[in-house]
Amino acid sequence: MLRLHHFVATLFACLLPGLASAQELATVNERVNQLFADYTGWYVGFIFAPLPGTDFSWIALWLVVGAVVFTIYFGAIQFSGFIHSIRLVKGDYSDPNDAGEVSHFQALATALSGTVGLGNIAGVAVAVSIGGAGATFWMIVAGLFGMATKFTECTLGVKYRNEYPDGSVSGGPMYYMVKGFKELGLPLGGAMAVLFSVFTILGALGGGNMFQANQAHAQISNVVGDYPGWITGLVLAVLTFAVIAGGLKSIARVTEKIVPFMGIFYVLVSVVILIMNYDQIIWAFGQIFVGAFTGLGIVGGFTGALIQGFRRAAFSNEAGIGSAAIAHSAVRTKEPVSEGYVALLEPFIDTVVICTMTALVIVISGVLAQDPQTGLYIWNAELGRITTEGDVGGVALTSAAYATAFSWFPVLLMVAVVLFAFSTMISWSYYGLKAWTYLFGEGQTKELIFKFIFCVFIVIGAAASLDPVIDFSDAMLFSMAIVNIIALYFLMPIVKRELHSYRSRLKSGKIVKTADQT
Amino acid sequence: MGQTTFIVGLDGSDAGARALAFAKDRAKAAGDCKIVICYVIEWSPFTFQTAEENAQRHKRRENEIAMAHERVLDPALTSAKAEGFDIEGIVRHGDAADIIDALARERDAKQIMIGRVGTKGLKARIFGGVAGRLATTATVPVTIIP
Repeated sequence: MLRLHHFVATLFACLLPGLASAQELATVNERVNQLFADYTGWYVGFIFAPLPGTDFSWIALWLVVGAVVFTIYFGAIQFSGFIHSIRLVKGDYSDPNDAGEVSHFQALATALSGTVGLGNIAGVAVAVSIGGAGATFWMIVAGLFGMATKFTECTLGVKYRNEYPDGSVSGGPMYYMVKGFKELGLPLGGAMAVLFSVFTILGALGGGNMFQANQAHAQISNVVGDYPGWITGLVLAVLTFAVIAGGLKSIARVTEKIVPFMGIFYVLVSVVILIMNYDQIIWAFGQIFVGAFTGLGIVGGFTGALIQGFRRAAFSNEAGIGSAAIAHSAVRTKEPVSEGYVALLEPFIDTVVICTMTALVIVISGVLAQDPQTGLYIWNAELGRITTEGDVGGVALTSAAYATAFSWFPVLLMVAVVLFAFSTMISWSYYGLKAWTYLFGEGQTKELIFKFIFCVFIVIGAAASLDPVIDFSDAMLFSMAIVNIIALYFLMPIVKRELHSYRSRLKSGKIVKTADQT
Repeated sequence: MGQTTFIVGLDGSDAGARALAFAKDRAKAAGDCKIVICYVIEWSPFTFQTAEENAQRHKRRENEIAMAHERVLDPALTSAKAEGFDIEGIVRHGDAADIIDALARERDAKQIMIGRVGTKGLKARIFGGVAGRLATTATVPVTIIP
């Protein structure tokens, strides 16, 4: 505890003088913003560079091609294995002797708590406000294909995890890169694992941290009035530090219990709004479908909608990023493929169900301005997005859309956003830490250094304005996907071998439901 | 006639100890009898945990089992064996009523003996305590010791 107090005191000492001396608090935000744009702009530019002669970014294509390849290679496992996935989560195939270990449901829920959150609320709003209703269509398509990617990476995550003598486990892409490549006699597995770990640390600081802090602040100030972002950042940083470094596990436990119910409640409210506007649902789906192929007046038309949809789906469900492989590797199972089956439900729940709900409510609520004559969206060139009610974007747009049905919703959304942000930060601090300890080795001081850096970035994220943060966080996450998907291509024959073996044993009755064993 | 088996639910409480005493008494009367004492650590596969908790789960489970043996089962086993009883101790994770009933079926037990403990908490108030649920759902006769 003494060590904790020392670090909290250092955290305050580092941050407060600079912030307090700034007469104009807005200047602090601008300074952070400028610093951000200066140092990360070139890399963001590289990651999102368009393919020559088009405006389609190569990274979006990279993810989609990967997901399509895995879908074909595994015979559309996301459809053929969907029912089996649900049975596994229900525990139909769980060994009763493993009671008390991490169940399939728990591994799935933990992985989901790292992905369901702001991507589903703010990310969808960003996609729809830039890509129009059509972005939703491509988001669903990307979500469905992404299920196969998740299947591949999580099977490998469990197969090549490290199980230590004390019973704890560590898994993730860095482990399957090293062990899997070695098994196949391929070089560079170690180098890829190092590169992946570096990107994971940066991704944890970006998408898993700054974006969360940024949007949590945006939502709080949207409800209670504008105030400096660093205040939200500091409060979140101290709370997060107390949880991840100070052993205040009770806060984490409470959050982990409330967040799933918040998620379920969010979906229920969305369903109620859709039922209230049942007469517009067919129209909304029409908008989504037509917009998907024409863009309905957005910049970039068809490809504009497609890019936004794919970008947001990847950012929301993290398929191909590799983070889920870290989360799923703690499950207790003798069959790595069974966890792959369970993991494929993640993009379905996250993107196909929850993101689509948000998008439908935004479209139906009418917060996106459309020309009544042509039905095309009214483009705001200055903001680079569709004109919206109150000229808001991100989480504020979702809030406005839901408020058209329930005026109390922004307050609830504020609580949900802060909790989602907090739980995602805790999840990503773990992913980042795993990558950090992979690179630098385990040890209390080394781990504390990472945790301290992680919390400093929360403050930076909350203080910076939306755009540089969102771009940087996307760039880091997609960098993880570059290395991870290369590894998946090389290792997918191993997954196929596992899948064949699993399926043949399922067919021959060697793997049976627990209830049928007696 | 084969050996008679009694299942006794133990939770470290006085009521549990009274159930074991009752089982010993019945076992003496029955003659060739085996007593299986079972300690259930309440657990559900449908709870929410952090990634760090998951990574440490196997280790914690081992600790929980060791603790249950050390604090509840082993003292009971030692004294019962010294008294000459054929006795076995089992620790399992899950729902106490389900586990005890499943164990009774597994061991072809003649009877379940369990202490009555005051119902605590919302779940127990709504769904009934372990003893109450066993009384209504168990597949073998149940004796509830006050």
